[in-house]
This record gives sequence, structure tokens and C-alpha cells, in this order.
Amino acid sequence: MKIIVPIKRVVDSNVKIRVRVDGSGVELANLKMAINPYDEIAVEEAVRLREAGTATDVLVISVGPTEAQQVLRSALAMGADRALLIETEMALEPLAVAKLLKWAVTVEQPDLVILGRQAIDDDCNQVGQMLAALLGWQQATFASKIVMNKEEIVVAREVDDGQQTLRLDLPAVVTTDLRLNEPRYASLPSIMKAKKKPLVVTPAASLGVDTAHRLEIVRTFEPASRKAGIKVTDAAELMVRLRAELNII
Amino acid sequence: MTTLLLADHDNATLKDPTRRALTAALMLGESVHVLVAGENAAAVANQASALQGVTKVLHAEASSLGQGISEAISALILSISDQYTAVVAAATAVGKSVMPRVAAKLDVMQVSEVTAVLGSDTFERPIYAGNAVQAVRSKDKKLIITVRASAFAAAEFSGTAPIQKLCFKEEPCTPSLAGRTCSTSERPELTSAKIVVSGGRGLGSSENFEKVVATLADKIGAAVGASRAAVDAGFAPNEWQVGQTGKIIAPDLYIALGVSGAIQHIAGMKDAKTIVVINSDPDAPFFQVADYGLVADLFEATPQFLEELAK
Repeated sequence: MKIIVPIKRVVDSNVKIRVRVDGSGVELANLKMAINPYDEIAVEEAVRLREAGTATDVLVISVGPTEAQQVLRSALAMGADRALLIETEMALEPLAVAKLLKWAVTVEQPDLVILGRQAIDDDCNQVGQMLAALLGWQQATFASKIVMNKEEIVVAREVDDGQQTLRLDLPAVVTTDLRLNEPRYASLPSIMKAKKKPLVVTPAASLGVDTAHRLEIVRTFEPASRKAGIKVTDAAELMVRLRAELNII
Repeated sequence: MTTLLLADHDNATLKDPTRRALTAALMLGESVHVLVAGENAAAVANQASALQGVTKVLHAEASSLGQGISEAISALILSISDQYTAVVAAATAVGKSVMPRVAAKLDVMQVSEVTAVLGSDTFERPIYAGNAVQAVRSKDKKLIITVRASAFAAAEFSGTAPIQKLCFKEEPCTPSLAGRTCSTSERPELTSAKIVVSGGRGLGSSENFEKVVATLADKIGAAVGASRAAVDAGFAPNEWQVGQTGKIIAPDLYIALGVSGAIQHIAGMKDAKTIVVINSDPDAPFFQVADYGLVADLFEATPQFLEELAK
């Protein structure tokens, strides 16, 4: 059984980003970059399925610049077998990424594609669902538990009022939520080993996929910021102030 | 030229985020039809027909629709999408799962989590957990939009739109439902509550969470929220999580007990009118956005607050 895990290189989740003063976008120069945390959870799940003997081949794919090889190497160090970089210097929209991934899926014929529910940079939450629709495959978003056998996969999903469990036919697309697993730290030997694992680079432009932008970014700006208010000394003062300023308590 | 709005519901009640998404849908300047896809969901269709500004309700019945199966709902939307210039949904679990499928099939780039409508094709949406906002203009022939409900007011119930039945043949090869757990609560809904009391890692246990956070919430008629840390630790169920990947809310009053205030949590509630933070750590980042901060042990401060409340 083969699993594909698409991963995205994003600004590290601990870095506070800054918007360029001219409104042209977010300043990305010299920021610490990392694998999108939700995608990291997807890599971990695929590697666990491989360690359990359910999967035999885990292929990680990133659509991005040359530097995205670093996050692919990190995923290989976590235990993925092979990596593919679909290289492009353009920041592509989710629809274009889904089309490029469809090309890879058609070539590789995996039984499962598992990826993060959203990337923490654009927060779009689209690629997995778009890929499933383009392939005509079943999908389960926001997975918090996965049980898999040869023909089907049972996925517990986090939904607005609780949990829903779906049984999907394979092949299928699953997107991960926070509580699916806790990704491992790669050990030094596995980081060394990952350097020897196969990593193929294919230019996105060579695949005949329409990746033109559909959304024009008019401007990017900082949201109105909140300022710290006052510190109160005790619960009694807090109540006095809330009662004075709000009519709801 | 008409806009289609997908209703979010539980087959009995129209959910509040749909009323807010309607406000955004009406800003596109076209008439709005509401699609109610459910099972035994006639009551929802009736509620939708009473929404102010809606000109027609489309009502389709099937068990897969009632279970919220994305493959079924997206197929239904696609079967009627050529009559619409825009398809809109609230960015709920169902909306987020269904709409990108529709967009991909129509070869449209979806605009996710819209927080402002600037024109018929131009929108604001937050990126980087709300640390930046982008204004984007769609160049596609159709608009596919999800709406961040907390950014818009809820449409009133004062209309009487006609309800039209739609035929829907079950899609072959859709996922089947293998289980469902649903929280039932007498408390106000988290996404529409005027007051929310939230608990974090500082509560220490699910018993304390219930004893302190839930008790205060029930005393003041509030909904209960939680930080990711509290949910991960098992103190609170996943549907209570507030933040970048949990619920995004904008109550009048948000009271945070023992929540440190990670940016991913603040992303979910920074539009609250008034923020109260009680935390024993004076350096907790949450104090930087709090209107009223109280550095205190929450296990002492919360009972005192309840005593003051009774006065």
C-alpha cells in the first residue's frame, strides 16, 4: 500500500510575521521556515501506518521553491521513503497545487493521500478537498483518528458539535486535525539516513498544468491591534468595573 | 444573476452562522436563494424561508445530505450551480469540507473565510492566523466563498420566501456514516453566545474545568470555550476549542481562566468586545490584549468573582 503526503514549507509557527509597510505582502526574508504543522501530523500518521505494516511506501511531495527540499528532507528523516519536489518560484494558489498533486497521484497511483487540513500561512483549508474532487475520490477532513485496512479506512473527524466517524473506500483523501497524533523528533541517525533517500525534482512548468493566479491580491495590511487595558487588583474590583461598563452581567 | 447560500443545520434547526453568512451574501448585491440539504429537514427549510432578504428556498432530502456528507452536498450544488453566479457558505465544518470540492469542479479558486465584502468581486480575508489581512479580487467567472460568521451580523427572521423542492438521487460511492457523537447542552451556542467563559491548561483537570469554568458560565448564562492545550489534555471536548482551527467567535464578553494566550488562541476570539483574563502568570501573553487583567490564582479568584456576582 502506497501513501502520498503533500507537505508545505511555511513560516515557523513560533515566528511573529510582519506586514510590509507598502502593503505588498508579508515580509518573508530571513524568517525561520518549517514544515506546515498539520502536514507534519500527516507525515507522522503515514510513517506510523508504514511501521505498523499497513503501508509499504510513503512518498512526500512539496510544491514550492528549491528551499522546500529542506522540509522534504525533514519528512524523510521522520521516516518517509521518497520525496518529490514540484519546483516553482511562484507562490501558487490551492487550486493550482491541487492540480499539480493530481498529476502526481495519476503517476504514482497511491491508495491514500493524507495532508494537513490547512496551511498556517494562507489558512485556506482547500487543497485536500479540491484534490479529492478532481480525482473523484472520497474524502474525510479534520481527522482525529484513523483505522485502516486493505479496502477501507475509518476516520473519526472533529466537527462543530462533536465527532463524526466515516467509512471511506480506498483510494481516498484524508486531512489531519491537531489531535491525530504527536509528531516525533527525528533522531540524528535518521537525519543522516534521510540524506541518502531519493529526492526527485520536477519543474512545475513542465507538467502542462494551468497554475495562473485567479485571485489578485489588492493589498495586505495589519489588522487593527488591541491594546492592553488595565490590571485590576482583585475579583471585587473586576466586578465593579464590568458592572459599570457592561450591561450584560 | 443570483447567489446561492448553503444552509448549515442539524436537520432541526438552522445554525446561527448561516444567518451571518446571509448578511455577507446579500452584500454581493444579487438576490439570494438558500439551499437546505438534509433529511427530515422541513423545519429548517421553514426557518430559512423566514430569513430577511431571501427570495427562494431550495429544499432537497436524502439521508447522505442529512448526515452532512461532503460528496453528496457538493454534487447537489454542482447540479444547480449553472443558475448561480456565486455560491456562499459559512465557514463551518460542513462549509469548509463541501465548498472546495465545488470550487475545484467548477475550476474556480475559492475565497476562504471572508471577513469583509468590499465589492461584488473583492473581499478581505485574514491570513497567518489573523496577523495579517488580505484584500483579494477574484478574476474567476463564478464566486465560491466561505464566510467567517463572526465578522457579520445575523440576518433577522421577518420574510416569507417560497420553498421549492429539489430532487436529489443518492450519489453512488459516498463515504458511509460509522458513528456520531453530538454534544447536547442547555448552554448558549459557542459561536453566537454573548458571553463566553474559556478555560486553559491552568485548570489542571477535567473535574476542575467543570467545577470552575462550567459553574461560572452557567451562573452568567455563558457558553463554554477552551484552549487547545485544555482540549489536548482532555479537560474539554474538541467542539469547545476556540482558535485558529477551532471556533472563531466575537462575543460581547470573553472571560479566559488559566489560558496563556497563544497567538493561535487569540486568533479565535480577538474580535470580542471585552476581554477579561485571569491568570497567575503575570507574563502570560494574553494580558497584552486583555481589557481587564487579573493576576491571581484562578481557583481563588473565580469563587470570589461568583460571590461578588451574588451581591
